[in-house]
Amino acid sequence: MRRMMTSIVSVLGATIVVFTLVHLGPDPRTLFVPDSGYGMSRQQWEDLGDKLGFNKPLPIQYLTWLGRIVRGDLGVSLAQTRGVSEIIGGKIGATIQLAIGGWIFAVILGVTMGVTAAVKRGTVWDYAARGLAIIGIGLPAFVSGLFLILLFAVKLQWLPAGTRPPDFDIRYYILPSVALGWPAAAGLMRLVRTSMLDVLDSEYIKLARAKGVNARTVIWKHALRNSMIAPLTSMLILFANWLNGALVIEVIFGWPGIGFTALFTSVNQNDFPVLLGTVFVFILIFLTFSFLADIIYMIVDPRVRLGETAN
Amino acid sequence: MTAENTAAAMAPAKHGATGPLPLRAWWVLRRYPVIPVVILFILVFSAIFGPFVAPYPTNSGELNDKLLPPLSNGQAGDFHLLGTDHVGRDVFSRLMGGARITLSIAAIALSVGISVGTTLGVVSGFFGGMVDEVITRMVDIWYALPFLLIALIMTFIFGKSLAVMLTVLALIAWAGFVRIIRAQVLVLREMDYVDAARIAGATNVRILWKHIVPGIINTAVVIASISVGGLILAEATLSFVGAGIQPPTPAWGVMVNDGRSYLQTAWWLVGMPGVAIFMVVISLNFLGDWLRDRLDPTLRQID
Repeated sequence: MRRMMTSIVSVLGATIVVFTLVHLGPDPRTLFVPDSGYGMSRQQWEDLGDKLGFNKPLPIQYLTWLGRIVRGDLGVSLAQTRGVSEIIGGKIGATIQLAIGGWIFAVILGVTMGVTAAVKRGTVWDYAARGLAIIGIGLPAFVSGLFLILLFAVKLQWLPAGTRPPDFDIRYYILPSVALGWPAAAGLMRLVRTSMLDVLDSEYIKLARAKGVNARTVIWKHALRNSMIAPLTSMLILFANWLNGALVIEVIFGWPGIGFTALFTSVNQNDFPVLLGTVFVFILIFLTFSFLADIIYMIVDPRVRLGETAN
Repeated sequence: MTAENTAAAMAPAKHGATGPLPLRAWWVLRRYPVIPVVILFILVFSAIFGPFVAPYPTNSGELNDKLLPPLSNGQAGDFHLLGTDHVGRDVFSRLMGGARITLSIAAIALSVGISVGTTLGVVSGFFGGMVDEVITRMVDIWYALPFLLIALIMTFIFGKSLAVMLTVLALIAWAGFVRIIRAQVLVLREMDYVDAARIAGATNVRILWKHIVPGIINTAVVIASISVGGLILAEATLSFVGAGIQPPTPAWGVMVNDGRSYLQTAWWLVGMPGVAIFMVVISLNFLGDWLRDRLDPTLRQID
């Protein structure tokens, strides 16, 4: 319950910050009319302001906006006469698909590399896995994305360089997913490796080995299960944090997701309802996942009691 | 890499410093972050002396010599180590120019982040209660904000300027400090010597200065060294999407973005600044890991 409360406080706080920021910006009315108010009388100008609610004090505007949000209405775009929910709804699918693709890649690569590196510690495998992880940590997503395009799309011509066709086609998903998932896989690999090394050193693994359980079962069943507790949480949080990364990937690959939309339509067109809606959705996704991560952590590891370890 | 480093650090010194030269060199390389330090030294050197030692100007080029590949000569017989870009500017000289920007921005953002973050963390951990609650909530809220979008909103509102970007980066930096420093202070606060000081009649200010702050300096240094890499990445990302440094200033992110359109014909325009970012970030990471193992091994969990 306490956890729920803090999540809600975070949503409110974050939206207040963003709302205030957006309203410090230039008057959105200038979107329709040039600064001089050309072709529009003073009265029409004020009427437009009234219609959009700009003439009320900021806290009132915020509460109005919040009230609509609670009813599931994100408002109407200023630049396009469409609902914000409609705009975001049309785009979020692509972003989620991208995030899932990247997540699958990150989890598969991160876990296998982590386990391999831990089990074969000090061998070529270990160094190879850590080398890949280092590249993932140090190379910004926009550079690795471009390198991938250069190698696989331009030189080898195996995969398309970007965009997303309306029909599902796995080839279009590979490069963006890899570019998005790599840094995450690197972090995950380090976590898995560390906790796997800890677990492999423990008594019950030695017991299992001594009993004659075969090596593969020991590693993938006994050890992995216990060493996944910490990485599991970060796997979920990862998903949430990715929306930042997804924006860059979407730009590079021309992917029609919400990050791309937010960047090019809202910011350049001063379309604050869309911007605010996007940020709101991002925050909501982040908090949902970090909340879920806490709950799952508690289920997986019963030793954790949230009340005691709040923060 | 951490476990090995620690193992190496804990092994008695007599094993390493003897033997044939290649072995000794290998031992030194494993035990001390020599390569990262060399790379960072080059970075700092270019940042300070770049404009004086760079072979060509950063912002003007010879149009006849555009898009020359690395290791080639221009028409006037001038040598371009890393090639030239789409308007004939020397990529190597621009990288050196970019070093100054990268370094100064990271340094400023980090100092603001350290001072604000550490202060809030100490206050939050030491005084507890309502203050603690408010500060912790602020950090939670900040973590929930998608920083790239916030950066875009801010550049759009306040215009594209250096000050805006520095603010954004400082805002990214501070929250990490608060959490960890706070946790550290919570531990230190319960130490017997703090109680002893209190019984001896020391004021809060004195306890903070003499007993708490010295205990967190190592931690702060370690977090700083670990977060610089992230800040440099963030700066490059912001410049890349156009919310940071503006062209023609040769920030590395800007260079990558400029080179994007020439990806098919001139890979080095993206490759060289990309590799520069990579080497710097990785060096900082290694150095950070090494410092952490040396100064504050208990922080192992936070990578």
